[in-house]
Amino acid sequence: MFSSSRPWPALPAFLLLLVFFLFPVARMLAFSLEGGTLDWYAKALGEGLYLRVMWNTFEIALLVTACCLLLGYPVGFLMATTTPFWATLGFIFVLLPLWTSVLVRTYAWMVLLGRNGVINRTLMESGLTSDPIPMLHNFSGVLIGMVHVLLPYMVLPVYGAVRRVDPSVVAAAAGLGASTGRIFWRVYLPLTLNGIFAGSVLVFVLSLGFFITPALLGGGRVMMIAVLIEQQVREALNWPFAAALSAVLLAATLVVYAVAQRLGGQEARS
Amino acid sequence: MTRSPGRRLLAATVGVIYFFLMLPLLVVFPISLSSAPYLQFPPPGLSWQWYERYLDDPQWIDATWRSITVGCGTAALALLLGVPLAFSLVRGRFRGRALVDRLALAPMIVPTIILSVSVYGIFAKLKLIGTWYGLVLAHTVLALPFVVLVLSAGLRDFDRALEQAAEGLGASRWRTLARVTLPLLRPSLVSAGLLAFISSFDELVVALFLAGTNMTLPKKMFDNILMEIDPTIAAVSVIQILLVSIVLVLIGRFGRGLRDSAR
Repeated sequence: MFSSSRPWPALPAFLLLLVFFLFPVARMLAFSLEGGTLDWYAKALGEGLYLRVMWNTFEIALLVTACCLLLGYPVGFLMATTTPFWATLGFIFVLLPLWTSVLVRTYAWMVLLGRNGVINRTLMESGLTSDPIPMLHNFSGVLIGMVHVLLPYMVLPVYGAVRRVDPSVVAAAAGLGASTGRIFWRVYLPLTLNGIFAGSVLVFVLSLGFFITPALLGGGRVMMIAVLIEQQVREALNWPFAAALSAVLLAATLVVYAVAQRLGGQEARS
Repeated sequence: MTRSPGRRLLAATVGVIYFFLMLPLLVVFPISLSSAPYLQFPPPGLSWQWYERYLDDPQWIDATWRSITVGCGTAALALLLGVPLAFSLVRGRFRGRALVDRLALAPMIVPTIILSVSVYGIFAKLKLIGTWYGLVLAHTVLALPFVVLVLSAGLRDFDRALEQAAEGLGASRWRTLARVTLPLLRPSLVSAGLLAFISSFDELVVALFLAGTNMTLPKKMFDNILMEIDPTIAAVSVIQILLVSIVLVLIGRFGRGLRDSAR
């Protein structure tokens, strides 16, 4: 029943993807080669200003991934090894922000991190600092906002990986006299590398193309590639350059995925 | 595990991280109820003024309705196209199946900014900018991967013997589909449709390019945040959180568990 060997049920969706996804993206990318030259790529990858944007994007993505791993691993680990009650509570704390719109959370961070924001007011009233610490419209603001948005994408794969660790292996290690720390370094960590890997790839790739958080929390001072593409299209109306930037972003994304799939088999998709 | 000192330290660390995760939500709710005439935290008193301001502003209400319309349209179209697609991908044996599978999931991998800019170029030519159905088309591209993933998981766990039984008892192909297959898949269908709705309802980047002057809720919020951080946004945020929570409760009640679908 409905094991049709003909592909017709896929046809309408295929046509939609062709007309409103594949064709527009291909057409857009083709703009970058207008005039038959690679000049726009040379500009994107050669001029100091734009090279710095690329580097900035890469640096932020790497830092966000590192922070998410540092914060996400303990959370995923604890959730996977605690009682069902605490695990459920953990899921609520992780999934509730995940399901709140990125825009709402970014707004909240603006309220929290601003010059007269909640955090600065608290710090100053408690006498810890005398002057407000600049946290908004700079690198640290973007970092905090992005880590907050992407943290659940690290916690969930780590949680899954720790859950898959066979408890009898842990019991065996403990029975043979291994300390808690040793059990972690020699049993849990090696057995959960696939989860770490999957989460890191996901967070890194999502960071590369991030738009909302850098656009709002960066306040124009922290330029990431997605924000630059938007500016080139909407303000400068420079389609060929935006296309070249898009091609670079897309290539970087696909390369990371391809390498991840080669290294981690199916892991990166789960 | 025993309550070793290391374990306590871990629990304390994770507690702080939970606090970090919840902090934005903890701030938005009190601000939305503030009685202060401008942004102030903690609020000096409680009032509904920011909610009233939202409800009294036709621009906000229009944007909300437009987002709901586009979300419903996206859910309907994504199911209409995505369900047959998932059937072919799971049960079909045709040349190019692997390719179609990759294409269907690609919108999840390609950065949204690239999709937005590309579709913007096409829509400008087709005069689709600012139309609600244009936005539905673009959002459906983004929602299709969710529908395919959820439905594929449902179809893989499906007991084909039930369909064979219906067929053996003389039911036609379409009758089997309508009376056996689709009713059994209902939890997956509900989850897929509601996920498609949320993905559209929350979507900003595509809307930023394609909505034109016809604001969706996220686009209106984005524009307002760029101009001033006024507590009305907090009230709108709370309303949005509540709407999405209702949808999630619906998924939990009538849908296939999100965690099951992630397999």
